[in-house]
Amino acid sequence: MHAKDDVARAFEQTCRRFTREQIEPFAAEWEEAELFPRTLYARAAEAGILAAGFPEDLGGTGKSTLLPLLALEQMIWGGSTGVVAGVSSHGIALPPIVNLGDDAQKQRWVPPVLRGEQIAALAITEPGTGSDVAGIRTRAVRDGDTYVINGAKMFITSGCRADFVTVLTRTGADAHGGLTFFVVERGTPGFTVSRSLKKTGWRASDTAELSFADVRVPVSHRIGDEGSGFIALMQNFQNERLALAFMGHATAEVALHDALAYARERQAFGKPIGKFQTIRHTLADMATKVQAARALNYQTALRCERGDVDVSHVSMAKNFAARVANEVCYDAVQILGGMGYMRESRVERLSRDARLLPIGGGTTEIMNELIARWGLGL
Amino acid sequence: MKILVTAKRVTDPDSKIQLKPDRSGINLDNVDFKMNPFCEIAVEEALRLIDAAGDGETIAVAVGDSDATKEIRTAMAMGCDRGILVEADETQLDSDAVARVLAAICAKEKPDLVLLGKQAIDGDSNQVGQLLAEYLGWPQATFAYKISLNGTSGATVQREVDGGVETVSLTFPAVITTDLRLNEPRYASLPGIMKAKKKPLEETTAADLGVDLALKVESVGFEPPPARQAGVKVKTVDELIEKLAGEAKVI
Ligand SMILES: Cc1cc2nc3c(=O)[nH]c(=O)nc-3n(C[C@H](O)[C@H](O)[C@H](O)COP(=O)(O)OP(=O)(O)OC[C@H]3O[C@@H](n4cnc5c(N)ncnc54)[C@H](O)[C@@H]3O)c2cc1C
Repeated sequence: MHAKDDVARAFEQTCRRFTREQIEPFAAEWEEAELFPRTLYARAAEAGILAAGFPEDLGGTGKSTLLPLLALEQMIWGGSTGVVAGVSSHGIALPPIVNLGDDAQKQRWVPPVLRGEQIAALAITEPGTGSDVAGIRTRAVRDGDTYVINGAKMFITSGCRADFVTVLTRTGADAHGGLTFFVVERGTPGFTVSRSLKKTGWRASDTAELSFADVRVPVSHRIGDEGSGFIALMQNFQNERLALAFMGHATAEVALHDALAYARERQAFGKPIGKFQTIRHTLADMATKVQAARALNYQTALRCERGDVDVSHVSMAKNFAARVANEVCYDAVQILGGMGYMRESRVERLSRDARLLPIGGGTTEIMNELIARWGLGL
Repeated sequence: MKILVTAKRVTDPDSKIQLKPDRSGINLDNVDFKMNPFCEIAVEEALRLIDAAGDGETIAVAVGDSDATKEIRTAMAMGCDRGILVEADETQLDSDAVARVLAAICAKEKPDLVLLGKQAIDGDSNQVGQLLAEYLGWPQATFAYKISLNGTSGATVQREVDGGVETVSLTFPAVITTDLRLNEPRYASLPGIMKAKKKPLEETTAADLGVDLALKVESVGFEPPPARQAGVKVKTVDELIEKLAGEAKVI
């Protein structure tokens, strides 16, 4: 059913090795430090993880929906969603450049990131607006051969140490038709990190508030025509949401794995707790949810691969997997008892990490709006 | 230079091994497989030696059922140029049979060097390299932890031996088996995996090679290790010393 060919399976094995060697042994330490080393990008590039799904002429491995998702799925086993989110922030930052950029722009910004030499971030959300993208107020104003950008961006993954940021700005009055992407490089005068944000979960990834004060960039940093931003963003959201959906079922799968192992070992009242009916049935429900979320996600990924997909399919997959991740993590913590509440246990981390899934990349409520409108015609 | 390197398919050391109910062997349902880690080290070394030599060819070989092509593809994804699978029933092989198959391939391919893992992590026999060198009448260096080429005519090998390092120099053609600390194998990267799809993989059989697979060693039974007893917690150092001396009798 998963329709994984030999390449996909071999890549999975490579990602598993990468996770075991490069993430798992350090995850707890990086979560406490709230950062992972930059060298991890280079290691991920060596495994071909960063290149997965990007065009070959830019150093990628060719267009594919499934391959980058397989990497995310495997990396979640490392026990830190923050690491996964940080290492793959290029997955949302580069597509607008790949899809709208000219050759010079693509060659300048894409290959160094796929080689693990540069870090890219995507900046859409602002202090004053998130779900309501049309409310974006960061403004880019043309001045001769340059644009001058003013505004602020909020909750930007990898924003603190990104070498460049793909920023959505307002260039015109039209709510949706007045939005345009720019690339702003680190060190450009006026572009600063206002603060690094402290979070519930996703701790190993840095999350920034960014400030743009009279930031001047050449016209060659404008990605696509003026006004082309909104449609590119909607395309980008499809990838991002499917990625979050895969992180969701993988998170649930890891939590189930740990809860099951604990239920087999942990003794109470003279038997393993997995022999108590409530625990057994909870585990049975958890396993069922994991299966269902994984099945829906793979089906949706295959639809995307075939181009037979609309926004409602991806929204459903994201909502369902996000809910499953939270429910299964909640139950896993409960099964581990006190140990489930300790920072040394993987389910403790994952249960906090999972809370982001119904919020990031479009909230549950926004997904439901899209499902109602595009899926149900309401 | 031409290097032949082995890529044995073994059960993943991280998956849980269970015996068949009749204890005649390991239950291979629902276990993961991967390339023997010592073979991965051999593949990595082969690629580095070819790099150092400037040019040449690396050929990955496996003896096993058709699933073993996966490990050959992995070796090719890491960079080997082509592969050879000798199809055989994996449960009906011993070290000697594998060594004779490899000797037959060497007779055909005439490599300068054969690199093998010092052992496979499933059978842990540590015999194939030695037997192969004997059958071929070639010099051998086992447990290599450092290999440097002497031009294209031979190599200097540092071997891990009890309490130190032995340095040997051998002339090609030769057989070398790899130890854990020789190198850190590269990834079978996604671009490499895609390229490997198009590399030639020849399939043959022991019969085609004229090798008789009659076993010299037969496995007669398997036993799991004894289950570990639950531990105890001690409250004081004195209690610990008492238990170590009195119960465990280790001090
Ligand atoms: C850890 C983390 C990482 C992030 N990374 C990035 C990043 O890299 N780049 C980036 O641009 N953004 C990023 N975000 C931002 C994220 O995409 C937004 O938080 C999300 O889209 C929600 O926007 P908001 O926080 O402004 O909430 P709001 O839009 O203010 O929503 C608040 C509440 O109102 C509800 N609501 C809003 N509109 C409606 C409606 N029409 N109907 C019903 N309910 C509604 C929402 O569902 C939500 O419950 C990140 C966020 C987090 C927490």
